[in-house]
Amino acid sequence: MWGGLGEEHPVAQRACSMWWGGLGEEHPVAQRACSMWWGGLGAAPGGRRGAAPPQNLMDIFVQQVISGLATGGIYASLALALVMIYQATDVVNFAQGSMAMFSTYLCWSLLQAGLPYWVAFFATIVIAFVGGLLIERTVIRPVENAPILTIVIVTLGLVFIFTSVAGWIYSYIQKPFPSPFPSKPLKLGQVVLGAHDVGAICVTLVVLVLLFLFFRYTTLGLAMRAAAQDPNSSRLCGIRVGWMLALGWGLAAVFGAVAGMMVAPVVFLDPNMMGGIQIYAFAAATVGGFTSPLGAVVGGLLVGVVENLVGTYVSFIGTELKLTVALAMIIIVLLVKPSGLFGRAFVRRV
Amino acid sequence: MAAAQSDGLKRAGLLVVLAVACALPFVLSGFRVFQWTQVCIYAIALLGLNILTGYNGQFSLGHGAFYAIGAYTTAIMIDRWNVGYGWTIPIAGVLCLVVGFLFGWPALRLEGLYLALATFSLALALPQILKYFEHWTGGSQGIVLSKPKAPWGLPLSEDQWLYFLSLAILAVLFVLAANLLRGRTGRAIMAIRDNHLAAETMGINSALYKSVVFGVSAAYTGIAGALSAIAIAFVAPDSFDVFLSVTLLTGIVIGGLATISGAIFGAIFILFVPNWALDISKAAPWAIFGVFLIVFMYVMPRGIAGSLRLLWIRWTRPAVVNKQVQGDVS
Amino acid sequence: MPALLEAENLQAQYGWTKVLHGLAFAVEAGGITAILGANGAGKTTTLRAVCGMVKTSGIVRFEGQRIDGKATEDIVRLGIAHTPEGRGTFMNLSVEENLRLGAYVRRDRGALAADMDRVCSYFPVLAQRRRQQAGTLSGGEQQMLAVARALMSRPRLLLLDEPSLGLAPLVTREIFRIVRAINKDEGVSVLLVEQNASIALELADHAYLLETGRVVMSGPSADLQRDDSIRRSYLGY
Repeated sequence: MWGGLGEEHPVAQRACSMWWGGLGEEHPVAQRACSMWWGGLGAAPGGRRGAAPPQNLMDIFVQQVISGLATGGIYASLALALVMIYQATDVVNFAQGSMAMFSTYLCWSLLQAGLPYWVAFFATIVIAFVGGLLIERTVIRPVENAPILTIVIVTLGLVFIFTSVAGWIYSYIQKPFPSPFPSKPLKLGQVVLGAHDVGAICVTLVVLVLLFLFFRYTTLGLAMRAAAQDPNSSRLCGIRVGWMLALGWGLAAVFGAVAGMMVAPVVFLDPNMMGGIQIYAFAAATVGGFTSPLGAVVGGLLVGVVENLVGTYVSFIGTELKLTVALAMIIIVLLVKPSGLFGRAFVRRV
Repeated sequence: MAAAQSDGLKRAGLLVVLAVACALPFVLSGFRVFQWTQVCIYAIALLGLNILTGYNGQFSLGHGAFYAIGAYTTAIMIDRWNVGYGWTIPIAGVLCLVVGFLFGWPALRLEGLYLALATFSLALALPQILKYFEHWTGGSQGIVLSKPKAPWGLPLSEDQWLYFLSLAILAVLFVLAANLLRGRTGRAIMAIRDNHLAAETMGINSALYKSVVFGVSAAYTGIAGALSAIAIAFVAPDSFDVFLSVTLLTGIVIGGLATISGAIFGAIFILFVPNWALDISKAAPWAIFGVFLIVFMYVMPRGIAGSLRLLWIRWTRPAVVNKQVQGDVS
Repeated sequence: MPALLEAENLQAQYGWTKVLHGLAFAVEAGGITAILGANGAGKTTTLRAVCGMVKTSGIVRFEGQRIDGKATEDIVRLGIAHTPEGRGTFMNLSVEENLRLGAYVRRDRGALAADMDRVCSYFPVLAQRRRQQAGTLSGGEQQMLAVARALMSRPRLLLLDEPSLGLAPLVTREIFRIVRAINKDEGVSVLLVEQNASIALELADHAYLLETGRVVMSGPSADLQRDDSIRRSYLGY
């Protein structure tokens, strides 16, 4: 599962355990970093022969960028979910990652029940959509007019519930999650790419394009945008704002589920899987601007690429400080341009 | 009910609470006393956060950092420099006041969500930073202290002494906060929260106020951290992770934003409810806690103190409100 | 013949503060009715009460059916369009998108393009600025957009809240001229709330004068125009 190599590759395993010094191969961040690092090397034919043939710096760079885009796409999906809900309600949904994690577990159950991958994938998307919609209508609706912090605490409660219930039903032991993409890496000239990475990028792209088309060209998408911007005027147009909000939550849940299903094969499935990723998603949304869906996407890709490149080329960034890179990005953006790259600085008329 | 009467009632109520609080450590077991000491400590921290977020509208998701600074200041001073624990408390407070003020200054540019994100990042990074400076902080192992004995030969156990110490500091800090918040300064602080542009046009230097409030809020939380280091006799980086900051935020919302008594209600909630949740379900205690959180927010969206205040208003003044509205204005 | 819109003993409050103390008024089918009064009289609240945007009690009937207590979205679907105080424009959307939203309640999406042309014929400036972001339009243009958007839903009753607010007199006259045309040619009844009493009385058939939440005078607008005390208090001459 590591960037197309498969866990059996002895060099990968040994190098990983040396590199991450005692953290152990099970550590999710270690695994992800390993997949990025070794994703570049690729498996020599026969696989067990030792170090891969030398590649020039440019190829390695391209490989790392592609890898970064893959993880970036996952951050972008989750960041998009966060931004959508924030735009409509001014609330940051702390439970976005947990909902994504829970959806991924549901997919796992479906797969265990024998469903083929893509059937389970789409079934999970539908379940996530309905789930997100229902959560907004039943859990969030009673407090939708309450102060913002009150709603935030409610989403926090959801985090506890989802994480705890997942741990209870599925246990806290990590489970492997299959990738629908072949484990054999793709070769483009001298550049070797993990098939899962490329696949993840493609899936993210498809989802984003569909979303864009939906919002731009359908009446429902227009109504949702209107409801998010100006609920009162929307009501005067006959738009049922409450249901638009619910739809927003449903869609956000779908992005989360896609992100979860794309990342689970890499970091392995466990109830705390999305914790670190949600932080990267926050970084992505901050960099891109919490008021801009496009910004969330660009921000996610940027964060993914920067994180990967920094991890590859800057030697003293070990696992602990890798997260700090994301945090540093947040702080820098907030100090320089708080509304993010694409966000609109909120100009208030006095 | 006349204003003087309701004030008198409030004062009487406060005395009763104080009397009960003083009697507690003689009635309860050592562990329970320790728990109530923690309630006092959390209450101080929550009051600090509430001054910043509830009264001044600056969202902080990183107050665990100030708690940690206070705790580590105390631990390092006691452990490395043999400073008496009593002195470490005000020193921790002053240090956090300065750090908070310095942090508040650049934070002026950030509003609402963005400030929350910046402070959240700080809270996230903190354990790693603490582990990094091993030489000072003892790294992942932390620093071990010993519980102080009651001074001046008082016939109190260690737990009881720590309880009274915390209670006393709590009382002093509460009175200070109450005086600050109920006077002109408090009104200025709240004006900045509600409409800082309008506040500035009225001559309130909102930049200065906001930074000072940040400092004061950090000082309160730092003092709480210092006390916790003394009471628990141990500090380690992982106790000060982002979960602590989130817990503090939960505490002030449940307790009641922009209320002083809310700090106590919130502290009781964040200390005891997780334990109750564990009693209810060993398998998924945090799920029960989550349900508690959500139900609380449904029933009391303005927190415990906020809801009590609303009830009090409705109980004491409904007749007056209706009369004014129905009065004929032709 | 029963009126298109009728209100009986309409009361409304914001929180614990009561603003309307039992209003009674009616809008005849095909007519234009004005509600006049000074600031704070409760004019905007009256329109909001009709649309269910504030807490109300009392009776409101539209085409014989009671609509008090219904949600705003449902009231609008019955054939009432409301251009609120401040225009209610979707600032970040284009002019065309604003108009499309106006037609959201319609079932017959096919006629949408034809309707847009028809509406733009009343307000040619909108046709020119179709793709422009609505927030960049001038105040007068935004008011036109608001009325145009309301028309897109093919309403039978149009509620206009202070259309002259913040607009130059020439622009105001133009808008009122168009409202009269819409009323005549399309048969859209109008309930108009205005601070500018003289221009409102020129347009309306019937008018009500509000003072601190109560109707103090009503009648055909010609009568009110002639009444001396009104002229002095509200028309300023």
